[in-house]
Amino acid sequence: MRIPLSWLREFAAVPAGATAEDVMEDLVKVGFEEEAVHRPTDTLQGPVVVGQVLSLVKEPQTNGKTINWCQVRVVPEGKEQTLTGDGIDPSGVQGIICGAHNFVEGDKVVVTLPGAVLPGDFRISARKTYGHLSAGMIASVRELGIGEDHDGILVLSRIGLDPEVGTDAMELLGLYDQAAEINVTPDRGYAFSIRGVAREYAHATGAAFTDPASRVQAPAELSGGYGVKLNDDAPIYGKPGCDRFVARTVRGVDATKPTPPWMVSRLRLAGIRSISLPVDISNYVMLELGQPTHCYDLDKLSGDIVVRRAAAGEKITTLDGKERTLDAEDLLITDNSGAIGIAGVMGGAATEVGDSTSNILVESAHFDDVSIGRSRRRHKLPSEASKRFERGVDWQVAGIAAQRVVDLLVELAGGTADEAGTDVGTAPDTVTIELPAGFAAARIGIDFTEQQIVTSLEDLGAVVVKHDAGWTVTPPSWRSDLETKEDLTEEIARLVGYDKIPATLPVAPPGRGLTRVQQQRRRLIQALADAGLTEVLSYPFVSKAANDTFGVADEGGARTALKLANPISEEHGYLRTSILPGLIEVAKRNHSRGFRDLALFESGLVFLPEGTVGTAAIPPLGAKPADEVLDALYDGVPNQPFHIAAVLTGHDSPAAASHTPRVWDWADALDVARLAGDVLGVDLVVSQGSHQAFHPGRTARLALRTGETVGYAGELHPKLLAASDMPARSVALELDADALFEAAPDVIVARHISTFPVATQDVALVVPADVPADEVLAALREGAGQLLEDVALFDVYAGKGIEDGKKSLAFGLRFRAADRTLTADEASAARESAVALAAERFGAVQR
Amino acid sequence: MTETLPGAAIPNPTDEAAINAAVDQAITAIAGAATLDELKAVRLAHSGEKSPLSLANREIGRLPKDQKALAGKLMGASRGKVNKALADRTAVLEAENDARILVEETVDVTAAPRRRRAGARHPLSTLQDRVADIFVGMGWEIAEGPEVESEWFNFDALNFKPDHPAREMQDTFFVEPPEAHLLMRTHTSPVQVRSMLEREVPIYVLCPGKVFRTDELDATHTPVFHQFEGLAIDKNLSMADLRGTLEHFARQMFGEEAQIRLRPNYFPFTEPSAELDIFHPGAKGGPAWIEWGGCGMVNPNVLRAAGIDPDEYSGFAFGMGIERTLMFRNEVGDMRDMIEGDVRFSEHFGMEI
Repeated sequence: MRIPLSWLREFAAVPAGATAEDVMEDLVKVGFEEEAVHRPTDTLQGPVVVGQVLSLVKEPQTNGKTINWCQVRVVPEGKEQTLTGDGIDPSGVQGIICGAHNFVEGDKVVVTLPGAVLPGDFRISARKTYGHLSAGMIASVRELGIGEDHDGILVLSRIGLDPEVGTDAMELLGLYDQAAEINVTPDRGYAFSIRGVAREYAHATGAAFTDPASRVQAPAELSGGYGVKLNDDAPIYGKPGCDRFVARTVRGVDATKPTPPWMVSRLRLAGIRSISLPVDISNYVMLELGQPTHCYDLDKLSGDIVVRRAAAGEKITTLDGKERTLDAEDLLITDNSGAIGIAGVMGGAATEVGDSTSNILVESAHFDDVSIGRSRRRHKLPSEASKRFERGVDWQVAGIAAQRVVDLLVELAGGTADEAGTDVGTAPDTVTIELPAGFAAARIGIDFTEQQIVTSLEDLGAVVVKHDAGWTVTPPSWRSDLETKEDLTEEIARLVGYDKIPATLPVAPPGRGLTRVQQQRRRLIQALADAGLTEVLSYPFVSKAANDTFGVADEGGARTALKLANPISEEHGYLRTSILPGLIEVAKRNHSRGFRDLALFESGLVFLPEGTVGTAAIPPLGAKPADEVLDALYDGVPNQPFHIAAVLTGHDSPAAASHTPRVWDWADALDVARLAGDVLGVDLVVSQGSHQAFHPGRTARLALRTGETVGYAGELHPKLLAASDMPARSVALELDADALFEAAPDVIVARHISTFPVATQDVALVVPADVPADEVLAALREGAGQLLEDVALFDVYAGKGIEDGKKSLAFGLRFRAADRTLTADEASAARESAVALAAERFGAVQR
Repeated sequence: MTETLPGAAIPNPTDEAAINAAVDQAITAIAGAATLDELKAVRLAHSGEKSPLSLANREIGRLPKDQKALAGKLMGASRGKVNKALADRTAVLEAENDARILVEETVDVTAAPRRRRAGARHPLSTLQDRVADIFVGMGWEIAEGPEVESEWFNFDALNFKPDHPAREMQDTFFVEPPEAHLLMRTHTSPVQVRSMLEREVPIYVLCPGKVFRTDELDATHTPVFHQFEGLAIDKNLSMADLRGTLEHFARQMFGEEAQIRLRPNYFPFTEPSAELDIFHPGAKGGPAWIEWGGCGMVNPNVLRAAGIDPDEYSGFAFGMGIERTLMFRNEVGDMRDMIEGDVRFSEHFGMEI
């Protein structure tokens, strides 16, 4: 909402020198955020005066254009030019070149004199052009920054003005005024008006306030006016769509009369363009009182006005010239011809006021917020009117606003008001709120005095009645947002001032600290960072193809994924089922910025819907749903496990003198995955894996001891890398971290540390080439028995000396006993039994 | 270098002058040895088996009995002097040699390669941990919830009326099909509702996490961002308790001088509601109040939705943006830096915040 200061001053005692910034600083205290300042003088400086064109000589130019060489009087005849400066002619007559042709000798125009500055930092000076010294400019509205029209210069008589020559044109056009733009929260419909904001300004500053509604003399009752019927046969939530309709008639208006500049200026500062006098008056009253009104051309109406719901499929052409098909829930203003307006949203074109209109019917009605909001959303028709109705308009102000429109039409458009008028509808039930003594104090932490409570509420316009246990409060008609004692408490605290609230620190009961999973998550993330990987974040929005590729292990598989109804881009319309697509995008972005050696990781939720998704119904607000309803809500929320993923590409370290960096390979991906397992105390079982996003021969499946797959690691598929423009041999891994957290041991039982000497033995085994090393190792471990402390693969060899189709695996075995020094025989016996099991399982032969 | 020539005269072990001369000759040679190798030769010549002193010593046996004692004493002392000189010189030369090797082994430490990558945390992630730690230190607990959420938890339970403009202002991503009533949570407040349903009062929880709004990415907006929200439900909690909690938190976060300001605002889930500003003395363009988040006393309808009696319990809630906090705390100028994943952004912060 933009508040022109001159308008605010009409109703609240704003200090003379106050700027828009000052006003915003005051309003912020009562809850209106500062948005912007609109001040023409920030970009426009004088001298800008009224001039009269004394003579105009048309001079055709060689380029085909004709320019006007004008003599313009800028000081009243017989008076002296008091302005001085370069280019100011002491005679009071300026010679000015003008390219526009929409004016004649004798016209009064706006002259920007040398020294003036126009919007766009356009400095006016006397300059030689077309063979003359042009000392100033005759301005158009666009050049002055007050309109879009640039077809010609501004001729003052055409906007109904005949000021004295030399008058300050900025004053004349209201350009010294300024507006404060504030943000109004959606509960405060009343503040979408000068009336509401002036009252709030008074709350914030203690300034005197006059209610604009109180200055309008509206008749107590109206009768005999235009026929209006309220026929809502399908109210929403039992509330009638229209519960008041005031109609007034003004006859014999001249709709072509120009709107006075003070009104145009205020509307412009408030962000509303001047259209025509009747429309401007309607808008002006809406801004002043918060009540949207509508002017119909009375002669285009036929029969009674009926407010009713639309018939499905009924049509209307709205003021913006568009034909709209209506929904049965839309509330309409109709006459015998059919729909003439979507109530509270937009009027119809057929009954619009135009230049030829002479008799006007003014509508000032009160509509249901929900009904208006739905129509506005349905037809995507946000309007100044719907904005106010949706947020609540004062039921009581409808008659006053109608009267104000009538008064302005009579005053400015030369009409005559009918005595008769229409006012139908039923006032809503009066709401009263019980405010128990002590409630506000306890809730805010300020020991409010009775006077603070009563004064605050009465300042709002409420009626306060004291009784033994507290107060009975009747909120004012414009505050439909006040419904509960909490609402009143906020108002009291707001008016007393939030800055008066003291600070006390409540003590929480002893807590448990971070949960196990929270700690595990931190440990995991920190471990990967400590291992040299860089944590990044990406969006969870991916394409269907990305989900199908990364989300399922099987070739050609399709992933069940959640689709967004309103994605930012259709291409990325799905929620991720894997972190890798986003991470690869990040890697590519870094790559394109010149970073080729990368180790990136990201952790976060992935979305894996299965079974029931969502619930068909949503329980109402303000009450705890029944257990089975709650259970259904919980169950309907899709599975969203926490994953961690990494992509490694390029080299492991920067190249440097006497250092050759290593190229990341599949084993690095596996190593990071194992590290993840290690830091959580989870033993990951590695086996040859198959996943369509990975190289078919260089993929490790990672599983828990239970056999449950928890992820994959290895080289990304060469085709995929090529298709996504990634370096060949880039590697990646992804793990279901939640599964790891769950598999982690609760309590780690300490092992006895033997101080007896170690006995080491190496063994080289020849096995078929397709036997996984890890399985041979497992066999050795199992076969060696209790004395084995550790076994590690230290060499893999195939080639000369080894039969085709076979390979040699060399293992180092460490034996140690808990209670004695092992003899060489004991160690050898254990090794032999280890080898025996490997031989039995895989036909391993010792070299 | 002095070699004992074959046939050279063997000094008489009783001839003090001759022996002393041999000793002097030896000590001069020892002192003249410049390297351990030279010293080795000197040792051979003057202390070796064939050296004059060794040979003279051997002669003692042949001396008459009465001269043996005197000669033995003389020879013992003389050989002792030479041996000591040798030992001393050896120590000096060894020390010189050791020092020289160390000098020779000098490297240019400024040319050392980086063999290990330094990893990095994303600052949004470390900042989230830091915030959580402050509240855990106050005895609060950290609560979490899903990012795809039921509409009821995100809106209705939080007193957003179905047709109220406040609901639309949340710019929600909806999940298909619409009749399933699922959405991307627009705030972490649904976690508050879950906490109230799943825990016993009193409740003091912090809910950090990712949230989603249909904003296009630009310098100050992103469709995916992070929040942390706090919720306290207890007997007799007041707005003063809210202020005290926020003040304590602000001081932990920004230092003892941190100041906060509450301004009236509107949220469906709190009444009274407030906007929280923090004073930023180092703001670009001069000290200023910066919008940090929203807060207020939990609306009784929210308590009712979770089955908590609003006549018995009251509560407060607050919520701030992590991105916003990072932007003004660490002077991040452009939202895109946080979400594009450029390694330079994370790596600049390292593990710290």
